[in-house]
Amino acid sequence: MKVSLNWLKEYLSISLPHSDLAQKLTMAGLEVNGVKIIGGQWENVVVGQLTVINPHPDADRLHLATVDLGTEQATVVCGAPNLHPGDKIAFARVGAQLIAGRGRELVRLKPVKIRGIISNGMVCSEKELGISDKHEGIAVLPTDAPVGVPLAAYLGDAILYMEVTPNRPDCLSVIGIAREITALTGQSLHLPEINYEETMPSAEQSVAVEIRAPDLCPRYCASLLTNVKVAESPSWLQQRLLACGMRPINNIVDVTNYVMLEYGQPLHAFDYSLIRGKRIIVRRTTNNEKIVTLDGTNRLLPRDMLVIADAERSVAVAGVMGGANSEVSPETTTILLEAANFNPASIHYTGRTLGLPSEACMRFERGISAELALPALKRATQLMTQLAGGKAAQGWVDIYPGKREQKPILLSTTEVKRILGVEFSLDRIIDVLVSLGFDCQRVPIKNRSSAEVIVTAPYWRSDIRLAIDLIDEIIRITGYNQIPTPMTSGLNQPIPRQSPEPLTGLKRQVRNRLAGYGFQEIMTYSLTSLDMLNKLLPKTHPLGPRLLRVTNPITAEQEYLRPNLRSGLLATLSANRKYEEGGLRLFELSRVYLARPKDLPEEKETLCGILNGSRLAKSWHGDDQQFDFFDAKGVVEDLLNRFAIEANFEPYSDENLHPSRQAVIVVSGEQIGIVGELHPQVAENFEISGTTYLFEIDLIALLPFTLRNRVFQPVPRFPAVVRDMALVLGTEITHRQVQDTIKGFPLVSQVALFDVYAGEQVPQGKKSLAYRITFQSPAQTLTDDKVNRVLKRLLEKLSQELGATLRA
Amino acid sequence: MIEHIEGLRLKALQELASVNNATELEAWRVRYLGRNSELTQVLRSLATLPLEERKNVGGRANDVKSDLEDSFKQREKEIALTLTKLASSTREAIDFTLPARPLPSGHLHPITQTIDEMCDIFASLGFHVVEGPEVEWDYYNFEALNIPEEHPARDTMSTYWIDTAPSDNERAMLLRTHTTSVTARVIDGMKPPIRAIEPGRVYRYEASDATHVPMFHQLDGIAVDRNITMADLKGTLYEFARRFFGKERKVRFRGDYFPFVEPGVEMAIECAVCRGQGCRLCGNSGWIEILGAGMTHPRVLEQGGIDPSIYTSFAFGIGLDRLPMLRYGIDDVRLFYSSDLRFLRQF
Repeated sequence: MKVSLNWLKEYLSISLPHSDLAQKLTMAGLEVNGVKIIGGQWENVVVGQLTVINPHPDADRLHLATVDLGTEQATVVCGAPNLHPGDKIAFARVGAQLIAGRGRELVRLKPVKIRGIISNGMVCSEKELGISDKHEGIAVLPTDAPVGVPLAAYLGDAILYMEVTPNRPDCLSVIGIAREITALTGQSLHLPEINYEETMPSAEQSVAVEIRAPDLCPRYCASLLTNVKVAESPSWLQQRLLACGMRPINNIVDVTNYVMLEYGQPLHAFDYSLIRGKRIIVRRTTNNEKIVTLDGTNRLLPRDMLVIADAERSVAVAGVMGGANSEVSPETTTILLEAANFNPASIHYTGRTLGLPSEACMRFERGISAELALPALKRATQLMTQLAGGKAAQGWVDIYPGKREQKPILLSTTEVKRILGVEFSLDRIIDVLVSLGFDCQRVPIKNRSSAEVIVTAPYWRSDIRLAIDLIDEIIRITGYNQIPTPMTSGLNQPIPRQSPEPLTGLKRQVRNRLAGYGFQEIMTYSLTSLDMLNKLLPKTHPLGPRLLRVTNPITAEQEYLRPNLRSGLLATLSANRKYEEGGLRLFELSRVYLARPKDLPEEKETLCGILNGSRLAKSWHGDDQQFDFFDAKGVVEDLLNRFAIEANFEPYSDENLHPSRQAVIVVSGEQIGIVGELHPQVAENFEISGTTYLFEIDLIALLPFTLRNRVFQPVPRFPAVVRDMALVLGTEITHRQVQDTIKGFPLVSQVALFDVYAGEQVPQGKKSLAYRITFQSPAQTLTDDKVNRVLKRLLEKLSQELGATLRA
Repeated sequence: MIEHIEGLRLKALQELASVNNATELEAWRVRYLGRNSELTQVLRSLATLPLEERKNVGGRANDVKSDLEDSFKQREKEIALTLTKLASSTREAIDFTLPARPLPSGHLHPITQTIDEMCDIFASLGFHVVEGPEVEWDYYNFEALNIPEEHPARDTMSTYWIDTAPSDNERAMLLRTHTTSVTARVIDGMKPPIRAIEPGRVYRYEASDATHVPMFHQLDGIAVDRNITMADLKGTLYEFARRFFGKERKVRFRGDYFPFVEPGVEMAIECAVCRGQGCRLCGNSGWIEILGAGMTHPRVLEQGGIDPSIYTSFAFGIGLDRLPMLRYGIDDVRLFYSSDLRFLRQF
């Protein structure tokens, strides 16, 4: 909300510089986002009066205007069409800064010669002064403008841009802000005096108000004005509205807006002659009601929305926008003025459903006090009698089914200390609350440790319900620096461990590990598009695509919650290849989302990594070999090794991977992930060149294995004996089979494959695998003899079970 | 005199340690042990001293002389040995400005680094990490936090809603708009005393620009216990700010409003660019908002089955993405999620 400092000064005197005032309000919870100074640049601009207007001797469309500046006269050349002797105007002396041209930059005024006549100064338009965009003629000031006075002193202002929190509808008003300032500065508040003559017959005789939905409309007040002349508002009123960001329309509508800004109570003016049956009915809509609202839109209202109706049709969407059928027009002479209170949730629903977030709507949906309606109604009636020549009817209509008293709240000094951690005396507490308009009744003292007070909030503070709300008032007004900041906080009680989350720790270990392997972590949006997902082959995920969709996507790119991390990584790889050469190792560790019936989806923490290109950057060292399957497998194995987990790699069929170059990772019989080479078709879909290897691990499945207790293995006390042997085997025999056979053999402690060979010297259909085997006994030093005997039996076993022979 | 001799010894030994070749070694010998060396002159002048002093000084001077002679011989051997070893080595001189052998270098995402750092700080203050679902019931995201339907605070958090089967429609499902939803779950599921932090992804139905993305990160926290006051809140958050931003940065608390706390505050730190003077980054205020916090609203505690007349509680919520942006001067939040390696590799 924009608040004019001049306007505030009508209710209290403010001596603080506006930056200090902004700071005080901000600290108390009413954030001032910025301050705009009006007239800050009006040096050398003064109020003047046009005295004589003569035509320019050398130009048809120019005039010579003589301006009275109080102590002197000036004559300038002027081309404006609206020069009238007697008008008060803003006169810029040479040296003044004015806004000129499209760029709206400030330009310093110099003396100029126009068609042979020197012009020392200028009569300004509103645009040149920076008040508005009006540039058709000069700005005409109100007749009471004091001649010779600097314009800044007369029209200058500071506009506070305020961010009012949703709990403070009372502060969506100039008076509300003024009240806060009185509490913060100790000033006293002077509210406008309201009195006007009631010269016409009673309002109650002219209109009957009926509330059929008292739950949605706690109060409806109305007054009536006749003999109204709808016209432009006086310039002071227009200036006020413009300064607060509202567009002046006519004196009637402007008064309703002015009082809304002043009191925080939205009002609505109907043309009384268009209200059929002289009746106002506040009711819910029935089926298929239509209304043309003031913005000219024909709207179909859903059932059960609150409307204001006359005897025949709805004439306004309650609290949100008036109807065109009862709009005030230049012909209007009688005004029915409404000040009502509506249920906040109902107004919020209406505003949201119709897409009409209005100023009125914003105030009602935050829950303004119903007590506000009548004072605001009287204030607006008064202004209409003054500014539109209206004659007020006697009295007003006030239907008030929802009257509620503020409940008194008991507050004790102990409770204040319990929450704030600092002692406040009862006197201090009462001082603060009274300064905010609260009523405080001391409770006779019962014990020494605590004093109590019964507090009743003023009617405009509809947000105050509990003692805690009063405590908030005390601390925000006195300032949070009242509360100490212990170096170590007072949280000294030991905290029992509550359902620890080992998954969090696992994720961190895995991430650090991957970064250590040279992988770059990326984060992609968890919302993705169907197009992106369809770049993967149909069965994208082992568990099937149980997709979740958001109902209100902003773009098709972010419509579905991703069921896997692959597409994001592959798209990232593809995008980065535009400027990246060499090897890329990327990973993302994040959640994938899988729908479940009648429940929140499964959010599976998943690790996915990809490798593409060469192992190391191309360098003069010449180690630029390409990644292969075993790089990806190595990452998986080493990662699992960190947790002493041994995995088996078994055949698998993931359609996004090369059918004969992939494996599922199995731990203790459970599939926890996959590793493999990207299917060439998928690579093509993502426009990736070169072979890509991918691994994926389900961290939820992995987790239990990482938590197993590990048992220490004694360090061998006796020396090991190492033997190498090359075996010739059928090509169908896997390394795994050989390894398992050797590993299970007595005295074998380690087995390592160090060569794989097929070709010359090895028969067709055969291959050679060379192993280094370590023998070790926990009980004795092994002799050569002993090892030779074991080795012989091992060879026999390999020959029997796998058809292996020793390579010559 | 004795002091002078000892000083001489110290100086000589220090110099000897940095002697690296035969020429330097010979120069050293002439300087400290030669005929014109100071030590030799001291020995020569002994005859002029009284008997008692002659004994004393003479003994010490001879000690030093033999020490220096031994050290000289030792150093002479060392230098000879080194020269022989280098001579036997066939290695040529290298151009050490040649590029090093490349190592694959991986980096954690700057957001991950920030989360880790914050978790470590809060862990040392007794908070433990809890995570909750990103797809959440309306209840935990709004209702349980004192934000009923049609509450204006909902407008400040534009929500992505999940398309659910018609039969499931009784309970609305959404993408959580803040990690405060996990706070609601913690209050619901744990017994005091509680100290928990809840980092994670959150979502807002907002178009992207330099300061907005539809998905970003937050870290919420809550403490529930007997006798928790606003002083604990301030103490804890001050401590966090000190450790994260450095102790020289000023911290400010001011009144603010969030439906789930009362009193509610906002914590800001002094702008690092202008040091509180006001600049473009801080919107001329001199302060940068870092987090919202407050004393947990009694109704929120009650909803979770915690008696607010026995327990008090504070809660806070921090927008995570802003922190590395402030620390590194990053001007566009979208960079975090662009997966541009030219950006990510800088952290």
